[in-house]
Amino acid sequence: MGRMKFLCDAERCIECNGCVTACKNEHEVPWGVNRRRVVTMNDGVPGERSISVACMHCSDAPCMAVCPTNCFYKTEEGVVLHDKDQCIGCGYCFYACPFGAPQFPNGPAAFGARGKMDKCTFCAGGPEETGSQAEYEKYGSNRLAQGKLPLCAEMCSTKALLAGDANVVADIFRERVLRRGGGTDAWGWQTAYGGGEQKREQKREREGQK
Amino acid sequence: MSMPTMKLLRTAALGGVLALGLSACGETSQVPVYKDGKYSGKADTRPWESAEFKGDKAAWEAALKNRARGQNEYNRGD
Repeated sequence: MGRMKFLCDAERCIECNGCVTACKNEHEVPWGVNRRRVVTMNDGVPGERSISVACMHCSDAPCMAVCPTNCFYKTEEGVVLHDKDQCIGCGYCFYACPFGAPQFPNGPAAFGARGKMDKCTFCAGGPEETGSQAEYEKYGSNRLAQGKLPLCAEMCSTKALLAGDANVVADIFRERVLRRGGGTDAWGWQTAYGGGEQKREQKREREGQK
Repeated sequence: MSMPTMKLLRTAALGGVLALGLSACGETSQVPVYKDGKYSGKADTRPWESAEFKGDKAAWEAALKNRARGQNEYNRGD
């Protein structure tokens, strides 16, 4: 088994927020904490693009590098998890993460008052007995141990959000791109800002303002 | 105290001050060396060690791969 990865196809995401809802419901994530969010660029402009963002389970995770208590660990399947009992809620991981994945139950509170960090676990639970009440309360459901994929991806109605072994995900995306004959960028500068229609719309707006 | 003794003492004192001053230049760096952190939390079990798979890694991998391939709607109906 290789590495577990998420991939969001910006050509397919319709900003339904089904993934966000599925995640919150599955793990009973508290109010104010969003393990997954949908981000839309150029909202309302023709050619707008949305992607679903959570912890990307980085191969060289910056959160792991900055944690002063070394509470992060990476599983054999490449999932980045953390021990909430070790977390002091300093927030360093939040500043280090380029995706805004680490969330704090008390929001932007003072140092030490933010609460234990919470983030996407790839539905793999945490360092508690698998399937136990303690694991569910701290980290949420452990679907991976049941042979299932993260619920956000499995619930995605357009299958924009893919999850699983990186090789399988890459195969699915490759076939999809070949069939539709375009939209090779899952996400990137071109997808977000570079579309011809978006540029034309911006030009029209600029000319209209003059 | 005679003049040569005074001169000798002054030279010795000057040498002492110079040595003290230079000793600061030999101070070692106090910047800590970064060491890759080791996970300090509780140990976790692996997903195939759950009640469903009972340590059968191959079965777990097959189940997950099957599930992942199910995300490809072009394969449905095959």
